[in-house]
Amino acid sequence: MWIKGGMIFDPENNLQETGDVHIQDGLIAGVYPGGSSPQNGDIIDASGLWVLPGLIDMHVHLRDPGFEYKEDLASGSRAAAAGGVTTLACMANTDPVNDNPSVTNYIIEKAKQVSVVRILPVGAVTKGLKGKELAEMGLMKASGIVAVSDDGQPIEDASILRRALEYAATYKLPLISHCQDRNLSASGVMNEGALSSQLGLPGISAASEDVMVSRDIIVSKCTGIPIHITHISTKGSVQLIKQAKEQGVKVTCDVTPHHLLLTEEAVRTYDTNAKMYPPLRGEEDRLALIEALRDSIIDCIATDHAPHARDEKDLDFDLAPFGMIGLQTLLPAIMKVHLDYGIEFIRLLACVTGYPSRILGIEGGSLSVGSRADITLFDPRPTWTFTQEDVVSKSKNSPFIGQEFVGRVVRTIVKGKTVFSGT
Amino acid sequence: MTWPYKDLIAIADLSADEIGTILDMAASFKEISRRDIKKVPTLRGKTVVLLFYEPSTRTRLSFELAAKRLSADTTALSASGSSFTKGETIMDAAYNVMAMAPDCIIIRYPYAGIPKKMAQLLPCSVINAGDGYHEHPTQALLDMYTMKERFGRLEGLKVAIVGDIMHSRVARSNVYGLKKMGAQVVLVAPKTLLPPGVETWGVEVSTELDPVIPGSDVIMMLRVQKERLHQQFFSGEREYSFFYGLNKARVDKMKDDAVIMHPGPMNRGVEINYDAADSARSIILDQVENGVAIRMTLLYLSLGGSVNVD
Repeated sequence: MWIKGGMIFDPENNLQETGDVHIQDGLIAGVYPGGSSPQNGDIIDASGLWVLPGLIDMHVHLRDPGFEYKEDLASGSRAAAAGGVTTLACMANTDPVNDNPSVTNYIIEKAKQVSVVRILPVGAVTKGLKGKELAEMGLMKASGIVAVSDDGQPIEDASILRRALEYAATYKLPLISHCQDRNLSASGVMNEGALSSQLGLPGISAASEDVMVSRDIIVSKCTGIPIHITHISTKGSVQLIKQAKEQGVKVTCDVTPHHLLLTEEAVRTYDTNAKMYPPLRGEEDRLALIEALRDSIIDCIATDHAPHARDEKDLDFDLAPFGMIGLQTLLPAIMKVHLDYGIEFIRLLACVTGYPSRILGIEGGSLSVGSRADITLFDPRPTWTFTQEDVVSKSKNSPFIGQEFVGRVVRTIVKGKTVFSGT
Repeated sequence: MTWPYKDLIAIADLSADEIGTILDMAASFKEISRRDIKKVPTLRGKTVVLLFYEPSTRTRLSFELAAKRLSADTTALSASGSSFTKGETIMDAAYNVMAMAPDCIIIRYPYAGIPKKMAQLLPCSVINAGDGYHEHPTQALLDMYTMKERFGRLEGLKVAIVGDIMHSRVARSNVYGLKKMGAQVVLVAPKTLLPPGVETWGVEVSTELDPVIPGSDVIMMLRVQKERLHQQFFSGEREYSFFYGLNKARVDKMKDDAVIMHPGPMNRGVEINYDAADSARSIILDQVENGVAIRMTLLYLSLGGSVNVD
């Protein structure tokens, strides 16, 4: 198969040029900047389109097993494909928790049958995400996990975090940390500040994140083992991570598209779709995240795709669950950051291709010859509005519904096979 | 001229003129409660439903009497006697009530935002009787009415609000209203009980009560909840009372014509003691009496009454 005449973006190979891509046996057989000689086989005309390595989303909740009414491996994988995401890492907070190889095996085996994209499970750090006893990381790794995380349940005990880092490193598993001091965040449901006081909603201070980010950095430094901090949301986190990186601490981090594009203002109408953890912050925090992305302080963009059924979200703001879906708006959101803030698209693309692949230690994330033919075709031209009807996930909880975006995924290819095709 | 709103959700939504209109009209409604026959036919045939999802004595009774004195039919539902305890969501409850065609729903709810949502989604009038830490608009209106009744004006009055500002919807509604009416507000609390962002409210803030007393025309004490003690917002009732309680020594330092207010229920011996609560300066029971008049006014206006009642 040939993809002809598109603008090829490949951050790993520092390539941004019009040309052709040749796919054979599910692998990239050749990349021809400037075009190539006559070809045979299927030809996809990509003129006017952007040809990207398939996106890697390292933070997704697929809710399977246990909460299949919110999302499952099949529906989540279709949403990923519709968003141009060809690889995703799914978090362990299922029911049962993915803290042992039998759950990992279930995910891997079911994904083989029903998933149209590559699903890579993340195992729990501690049994039952309780922060007390280490989970069977080695056995889960043998079954196919690519990282460990107690995402959703911050590890309170610093000594457990330290042992977990050392133990995970034993099995060459990166640790993804959700930074939240539960004592500080308490019963908070939105960003703490003047707006939370005005709305009468309990706040979550920036300090509740910053305190844990600084602790994680210190623990990582003392062990010399890398740590990945997920979904940072504050200016304070940015500053702490910048400083740590300058000191040579092996800390990496990701940010969500919604923290890049939305602020606490989205909560003003008590819209529960804008209730998430970490909460949408103030404009100053948001702009600090944008600049950190520009300055490569932030390594990755990940969605924290968190489906919740309408019945659950349609509750009082205080009682509704945290989270929003994000797979289908990932690339349009990246495009918006590119257009609104003038950050090079190829730099942003690296945050969802090469960087996450390196942090997770997985193949993919580039168009290098011989690698998996995971490719996303993106049309940068159309202006469109994201609506409920566009949502492929089982759950429709997104504050981006009604948002205008520029650019749309038109085709997603996984190992040489088209798994999504739009208009 | 008819009143432009079917609902009352927040003082933040009202202009100074609108607040002034409500306060002016309340006087004639107050007179009704002082009659021998305390009933006028104004809202005959209208149905008012009170949904109270939090304990309340004063506010609920006040609304119920207000509606009855205007000849509306009323029925009240509280959290313990409703399907709330069976897991029904508040909006399902609201739609079910709506299906029985009330003209007005009065809602008290433990979380912020629900009265506003009901007002947007239901065709009937919705009056907020207190939602979470958000607003308690009728309380602020009756407080302002009571102050105005005593002083003949609100403009230029210096009002100290003392206590758990952070968790108080009464404080928020009063701050919004008093500022609009030209009064000066001072909030007094330990730093743990001041809301985040209070510096943006455009009011004075003090962590000390004593320096605030001599300059204040009104001292409004807020109830301090025992629950906050367990959450370590302060160290104990003894210390709280020592620094923030209104006692005889403090009452003696008040201006000659200054008054004491409290939205109730009082914790005697904690934020207020006998020398304050039962002194001649206390207009706490005036607040309660005026509450009925204010709520009659709002029921009348929200259900389509004309602004020029005379």
